[in-house]
This record gives sequence, C-alpha cells and structure tokens, in this order.
Amino acid sequence: MPYLLLLPSVIAIGLVLVWPTIQIGLLSFQIYGLPQVSGAQPSQWVGLSNYAAVLRDPEFWLSLRISLIFAAVVVILTLTTGTLVGLLLNRLGGKMAAFVSTAALLAWATPAVTASVIFFWLFDPDGGVVDWTLSKLPHWLVGSTNWAGFNWTTSALPAYTLLTLILVWQGFPFVAVSVLAGLKTIPAELHEAARVDGAGPWRVFWRITYPLLKPIFLVLLLLSVIWDFGVFTQAYLITGALGNRDEYNLGIYAYAKAFQLPPSYGLGAALAVILTIILLIITVGYVRASVRQGATA
Amino acid sequence: MTSPQKTRTRDRPSRPGTAPADGRAPARPAMRGRRRLGKAARRVMLNVAGLLVAAVTLLPILWMVSTAFKPEKEIFSLTPHLLPAHPTLANFGSVMSGKVIGISYWTFFRNSLIVTVTSVVLASLISLLAAVAVARFRFRFRTSYLIMLLIVQMLPQQALVIALFLDFRSLNLLDSLTGLIIVYTSFALPISIWMLRNFVATVPKELEEAAAIDGAGPARIFWRILFPLVAPGLVATSVFSFIFAWNEFIFALTFLGLDQQKYTLPIYVNYFFGRGGAAWGSIMAASITYTIPPVLFFVLVQRRMRGGLFAGAVKG
Repeated sequence: MPYLLLLPSVIAIGLVLVWPTIQIGLLSFQIYGLPQVSGAQPSQWVGLSNYAAVLRDPEFWLSLRISLIFAAVVVILTLTTGTLVGLLLNRLGGKMAAFVSTAALLAWATPAVTASVIFFWLFDPDGGVVDWTLSKLPHWLVGSTNWAGFNWTTSALPAYTLLTLILVWQGFPFVAVSVLAGLKTIPAELHEAARVDGAGPWRVFWRITYPLLKPIFLVLLLLSVIWDFGVFTQAYLITGALGNRDEYNLGIYAYAKAFQLPPSYGLGAALAVILTIILLIITVGYVRASVRQGATA
Repeated sequence: MTSPQKTRTRDRPSRPGTAPADGRAPARPAMRGRRRLGKAARRVMLNVAGLLVAAVTLLPILWMVSTAFKPEKEIFSLTPHLLPAHPTLANFGSVMSGKVIGISYWTFFRNSLIVTVTSVVLASLISLLAAVAVARFRFRFRTSYLIMLLIVQMLPQQALVIALFLDFRSLNLLDSLTGLIIVYTSFALPISIWMLRNFVATVPKELEEAAAIDGAGPARIFWRILFPLVAPGLVATSVFSFIFAWNEFIFALTFLGLDQQKYTLPIYVNYFFGRGGAAWGSIMAASITYTIPPVLFFVLVQRRMRGGLFAGAVKG
C-alpha cells in the first residue's frame, strides 16, 4: 500500500531528477555534440579527457574563483544583514515591525527575473538613477571615478558588485524572518539577566542568542551557500546572456559550454558534474544537520 | 457641569515631576531622568533604523513602479525624480497590445498560467499521495526516501537542464508547454511532500480508524476525512509550487527556442529586456504585471514560507 502511494512521485522524480543526473555523469565521459545529436555520428567514449580539458582550461579556474569568492561575500553579507534586521524587528514596536517586514517580504517575493531587470535599470549607464546620484556626490566620498555613464555590467568586478546587491536584497528577508522566529523562542528573562549582569548587546548576542539559535544559523548558512554558489538567473541576465566570457561563474560556464554554438554537451556535462559534486558536499552537511534535529523521524 | 473638569485639573499637578506612585522616594532624579531619556533616544534610533531598512528595501520596487508610470521624456530626464510628474498608462497599454514586440502580453500570460496551474494541480495530487504514505505507514526505505527528497531538491538546475534538453529533444517535447509542465511538476514534488507530510501527520489517526470501523473504504476515508482536513496544507504547498513554476527561468529559457508564441512570462521579460532599445517604461510595466501574482500569493502564505524552506531542518 505505501509503495503504491509513493509510485507516482518516485516515477516523476526518478525520470526528471535522478535519471538526468546519471545521464550527466555518462555524458561527461563522451564526446557529444551536434553530430551525435543528429545521429550522423555515434557518441564516442573518451574516458576522462573532458575532465582533463576542463582542468587545463584557464576559463574554468576563473569561473570557479568567481563562484567561490562571490558565494563567500554574498553569504556573509546576507547573513549579517538578515541577522541585524531580525534583531531589529524583534525590538521594534508592533506597527513599525509590521511595516519593515512587509517591505522585506516584497523584496523576498520579487521573482529573480524582475529583481535583475530592476537593478539593471537602476544601474543603467544611460538614465540609471545610481550613476546620476554617484556623479552628484563629492569626490572625497565616492572616489574620482567618472560615475556619469559608468557601465556596471561590462567587467567582472562591477557586475558582481551589482549581483551581490541583488542577491543580498532578495536574500536577507528570509534570514531576518528565520532569525526573528528563533528569537521569539528565547525566553526574555535570559536576555534580561545578561543585561542586568552588565553584558552589552555584542556580548549578549554571542553568548546567548547565537548559541541558542545555532541550528537555525547552520541551516541558513548551508542554504545560502547552495543558493549563492549555484546562482544562475540573476547572473545570466546581469552579465549579458552569456555575452561576456570573463564574467562567467561556474554554472553559467557549464551552461555556455553545453549550449553555445557549437554545442559541446560532453564538456558541459563534465562541468555540471563538478558543480553538482561541490553542491552535494554542502548538501550532505545540510542533510546531516537536518537529520540530527530528528526531522526524518 | 464643570466639576469633572475641576477634578482633572486638580489631579494634574501630581503627575509630572517625581512620580511617587512607584513607592520609591525620588532619590536620584538626575539619574532617573537620564535613563528615561536614554530609553526614549534608543526607541527613536531603533525606529529610524527601521525606517531606513524599509526605505532601502522598498526603493528598487518604488523605482520600478514609478518608471512604469512615467512618460518617456521623464524616464530619460537629466534629473530623475522619484515620482512621475505626469503619470501615464501608455507603457501598460503598449505592453498589453504588444506594440513593442508584436505579440500581446496576454499570449505569454496565458502560457504561464497554463504551465503553472497544470503543474500545481499535478504536483499537489502526487505529493498528497506520497505524504500519506510517509506520514501514515512505516515501511522499509522510508528514511532513505525522505533523505533522497532532500538531496534531489538541491541538484543544480544548470546541470539537469543539459540532460533534460537532450532527452526532451528526442521526445519532441522542446518548444512545448507540456515539456515544461513535466519538469515543473517533478521539481515541485520534494518540497511539497516534505511540507504536506507534516500536515497529514497532524490529522488524528483515530478519525480514520473510526470511519473504517463504520465500514468506509480507503477511498471514502481519503476524500471524506483526510482530504478536507489537509486542504489548508494543500493550499500552502500549492502556493509554493505556483511560485516556483511562475518564476522558473532556466528550463523555459533553454526549452523554448525561437517560437515566441510559446514563451512564458519570465522569458518574455528577458527577451524584451535583451532586445535593447531601452524601452524601460514598457519593460517595467511588463515586470510589474508579471510580479503581482507571486507577490500576492506570497503575502497570502507568508507564515508558511519560512516553514517550507526550512522543511528539512525544523520539525513543523
């Protein structure tokens, strides 16, 4: 009986999620491009040579470095901002807290495509309000760059600065709401007692709040790493639809290798396997954190 | 007539100053005053910080809305203003009629609606069955199945899309809404099952047992007892699947090639955006209409939102 109820979900997940994962693994050992897709040539097993080609490719190392640094920066900023806003929400009065969390909810609910398009327009060199504002500010504050008409998306550092803003903007509300929910479970006497003993807010956070909310922070950390390391939609839109090769992160690089003409699905698959393995290692940490909390009981 | 007024004025003098009501003598008035001032200052600072956070968060959304209502001359004005001086609906008009790219907004809206609603219904049905199995039965592989759901949900879409593209190509499912429905249904399952499992578990088993004693068959028990009680949970998980399908980008981008008639809304916005020509008013108008449904649903289930994303971590 239970197996019968599980059958539809097992079939769907098996065919659309598990089997393609296995296929990616198989593809990564083959030369597979247009001739193989059209059937003009049989697929050719080449062992590890796709992986060897990837590891020799400086573009791979560049994209890996971009993904790693970007994920680290975004995760730290998202968690810090989210935690601070969560702590703030906990101390605000009812109406103000409702107002701030509604604002955060709107940012959270905004689809990735919309968020990217809005920020692209805000930072547009022709008519974007950010460049205009920066150009009006004094040089001692914003540096001597000529901000009027500054293009944020044509080189890696500004583009990823912009992407960082987008992802923090979209990501901090989830952290804030989670931290707030955790704070509500901490008895107020604990904080009061600490404050009476003369502990400042910094000490109270690290000695009381953080240890008690550690499980929540662990999950938030892992989820953020998974989301930010694998970000695609926002990066695709901001870096110009695969147009700028020096702005690829790992996911975009795999996608571009697989689909850009001439398509090389084998190489793309090898990159996808590397991406998947990195994410699975993080996921194992996530699953272990969940199991330890007895969520599968 | 005047007596209440009188009593009030007579009461007054005791209120300001050193309130003796708390029983303590006004020993150190200076210190008390400073502490009260500190508290008030802190409250003001907290509220200012709250306003600042809200303003920074809302600014991008405000800018989208204001741009959508601005005539072109104001959009590219040398000194941009937060609010349109002469608000206009022209941008929405040209989006709806398809003036800019030749296809009306409603074509894409219909595509998105078909794909989303179909996959939400399918995913709800399939995950309800699975949730009942997991919540009501103990069987071998139960834990493995649950862990499999957690892992599978983390697989990167950039990886899967390569294999699924090749599969769907040979199955003739590219450039079709059916292909997207299959993908969206399957991808929604892991989180839906995790969430629904908790809802099913809260329905007391005794209800079903009582019905079984009264001679009701399993189908009847399911529809008459379990289903109505789990319905609120089903609404919450459906919203999740809805938002996922409505927002999904990479599969639609890859599967829907040159046939613009098949585009879903995010691909339409991307296409509009990538065409250049800087029709920002229209792009923002299109983005707003695309964004309203998920935001509405989000507000509807905001409490459960966190629970769902935490599905694996916190026992509900």
